[in-house]
Amino acid sequence: MLTFLGRRILSSAIVLLGATFIVYMLLAYSLDPLEDLYQSTAPNKEQLIEARVRLLDLDTPPPVRWLKWLGGAAGCVIGQCDLGSSWVTGQQVTSLLGSAIPSTVQLVSMSTVVAILLGITVGIVSALRQYTGFDYGVTFMSFVLYSLPSFWVAVLLKLWGAIGFNDFLADPSLSPLTIVALAVVAGAIWQAILAGPWRRRLLVFGVGAVATAALLAFVSATGWLLNPQLGPVVIALLGVGTAFALTAIFAGLRNRKALYTALTTVAVGVALWYPLQFLFQRATGLMIIVLAVATVGIGALIGWLFGGADRSVSMRIGAITALVVGLLIFIDRIMQVWYAYSNASKINNRPIATIGSQTPGLNGDYWVETLDTFTHLVLPTVALILISFASYTRYSRASLLEVMNQDYIRTARAKGLPERVVTVRHAFRNALIPLATIVPLDIATLFGGAIITERIFAWSGMGTLFITSLGRADAAPVMGYFLVIGTLLVVANIVVDFLYAALDPRIRVNA
Amino acid sequence: MTTSTPLSPQGGEHHDAVETNENALELKEVEGLSQGRIVLRRFLRHRGAMAGAVVLAIVVVLATTSIGWGPIPGWWKYTPTQLLPVENAGGSPTLSFGDGITIGNHPMGQDNVGHDVFARVMRGTQQSLLVMVVIGLLATTIGIVIGALAGFLRGRLDNLLMRFTDMVITIPTIMIGAILGAWVGGASPITLAIALSLVTWTSMARLVRGEFLSLREREFVDAARVAGASNGRIMFKHMLPNAVGVIIVNTTLLMASAILLETALSYLGFGIVAPDVSLGQLINEYQTAFATRPWLFWWPGLFIVIIALCVNFIGDGLRDAFDPRQRRIPTRRSMARAARREAASTAVRVDVRG
Repeated sequence: MLTFLGRRILSSAIVLLGATFIVYMLLAYSLDPLEDLYQSTAPNKEQLIEARVRLLDLDTPPPVRWLKWLGGAAGCVIGQCDLGSSWVTGQQVTSLLGSAIPSTVQLVSMSTVVAILLGITVGIVSALRQYTGFDYGVTFMSFVLYSLPSFWVAVLLKLWGAIGFNDFLADPSLSPLTIVALAVVAGAIWQAILAGPWRRRLLVFGVGAVATAALLAFVSATGWLLNPQLGPVVIALLGVGTAFALTAIFAGLRNRKALYTALTTVAVGVALWYPLQFLFQRATGLMIIVLAVATVGIGALIGWLFGGADRSVSMRIGAITALVVGLLIFIDRIMQVWYAYSNASKINNRPIATIGSQTPGLNGDYWVETLDTFTHLVLPTVALILISFASYTRYSRASLLEVMNQDYIRTARAKGLPERVVTVRHAFRNALIPLATIVPLDIATLFGGAIITERIFAWSGMGTLFITSLGRADAAPVMGYFLVIGTLLVVANIVVDFLYAALDPRIRVNA
Repeated sequence: MTTSTPLSPQGGEHHDAVETNENALELKEVEGLSQGRIVLRRFLRHRGAMAGAVVLAIVVVLATTSIGWGPIPGWWKYTPTQLLPVENAGGSPTLSFGDGITIGNHPMGQDNVGHDVFARVMRGTQQSLLVMVVIGLLATTIGIVIGALAGFLRGRLDNLLMRFTDMVITIPTIMIGAILGAWVGGASPITLAIALSLVTWTSMARLVRGEFLSLREREFVDAARVAGASNGRIMFKHMLPNAVGVIIVNTTLLMASAILLETALSYLGFGIVAPDVSLGQLINEYQTAFATRPWLFWWPGLFIVIIALCVNFIGDGLRDAFDPRQRRIPTRRSMARAARREAASTAVRVDVRG
């Protein structure tokens, strides 16, 4: 194993080295940092050119310059990075990267999580409903999403998502016709997902449509969007719904211990809602993270206390339920500052932002700032989700379909296990294995590939750093960008190899 | 194999019976046909792929005949570079569906200086299609040669070529595309396409290598070698035709991503730049006007989506057609029909529940 790891790291390092050489040569020959000086009419043109040549060491042949750069980059291994500095702004590349990386992480992390969860869910449902209208619809949708140019989608999102929605907020009431249309669409989607004989479909359609219509009518009539609130009652209702849904999927409703765990967790969460409000007044980012970890711990603890033969199932369900309830409480708290936020003079009732990562000069406590970050994140996140969602759907669908045809699934059915157990415990877990090997690579790619999204939403992350530096013929930041992305990709590849070997016992790592 | 969904396991065995029947029917249908004919038949039956092919053909014909190609004049009255008086207020499209369809002088509108958007979009479509096709052909060729050499000759050369492929893969396509685009930027679409082909061949090379690694163990390769065929002949005359399915499918998917890559680069300003026109470049040029003159922004994007979607659908159809494990998926109704036929011919009642 260790030999394999060593060899793998060595070969990856060589690959990375070669790749930096290719990029360095390409940059050296494609960029001309003297271009502006050649066209200048300054009287001391010659001296300026000479000075810049000396500054950038242009008389040295590029391969030698690459070696020099490599010498500085090699320092990263011992913690003394020297990636040169941008000659346009004079800033160190390491400090440029230091400010770009966190904002890209912020942008990418949320969309990755949502895209994975959503993509896998839709893919699994689509596979379980193979060759139905829903399946064909999802397949078609994923093809459309594959074919959408990201820059076009992003601008459309700005047009409809931001400007349209903000205009709508000026008078947030839906016409009855819109409500009916949306309700019919929602009902149709629900019946397609739940499927079954036509009578059941009709029932699901009716319930779904009526519920949607009621919800929309309520939202429209009360102007809920202007001052949204959940409150403990709605949190409790949603929590109980989650508890039942999670138990039904992962343990089966006959597993009383799991169900009671989930319901107790919800009760604890709702009971804590009021005291938490006082704590939240002095909230910081660290406190929220600590609370989130504590929430998961409490959920798991409740599951453990209920005990029983299948303790780990209860603990898992307790932890997930706790996380959902905690999230609801968090959202509820953020909603409380919505009204004040959107009426602030800086926002002026147009809460969904189209550019940047925060509103300059907006003073507020932790909650206002968090909400501000969210309103800035929402559009780029949706844009990124739309891009990566399709591939997760396709992969999880294909993967589950393949697993469902395996012999051990037939065995599981043959020994009389309920369909839920066969799907969730036998098929779903194994279907996730190929996905686990795609996710790290995808994250690494997304990290560097958010170039277009960042540019359109004026998000000053890695992509912007790359594009602006390339446009200014500034090679050092581009090399720094590539070093981060390339290392990330190479590491992701190694991680994938080991993940695969760890998850699938049929695969042995041979040194 | 069973197509029964987990929700209706009770119908499983009936489905299986019908399915064997369907298989037999299909086998009888393709009896005596060559592999190529079978693939073509399957492809022609794939509804999504056929729709994609038809729409793509319409787009190609529209783009090439309307404003002409090179020196050949087209039937459309304006050229992409002509400056015309702005007709409607702000240059909005004259296309209307009021009473009957009126096309008018500028069906897709005009920009603020009076260019006819239809002519420009057609020109952009031509350029983008050209880039797409050249990338598809060139990247496929490079990928085949590298993959075939690595997979067939193995050993040190394989190692070297695959490490080189890894290096190119490590560099994000859009990044290296932007660098190359900055280098050849403003050059003709062909130059851009050649530059982009140099980075998009990697997946093809890996696939072809894998395919060749397994093909070279087959008997017909030994037979060819015994017959005295040279390495080059074995590779390109004997093995390549056997890998053609994978290659064609991957080429179409490559083309679909190529058009998105080209438009993205042109949008970023590192691909085709003004005064030359491409679909991505048009969106770049007009994006500031998306709130005031949305039609400038709509049409080029729509054409990108249409082209990419069609190519993706064709690729999907080809994949299904080449995959020997794929069968036509019988709809519930056709399965019921087959079952009725079966029941009538064997006088055994088969109950198919929906």
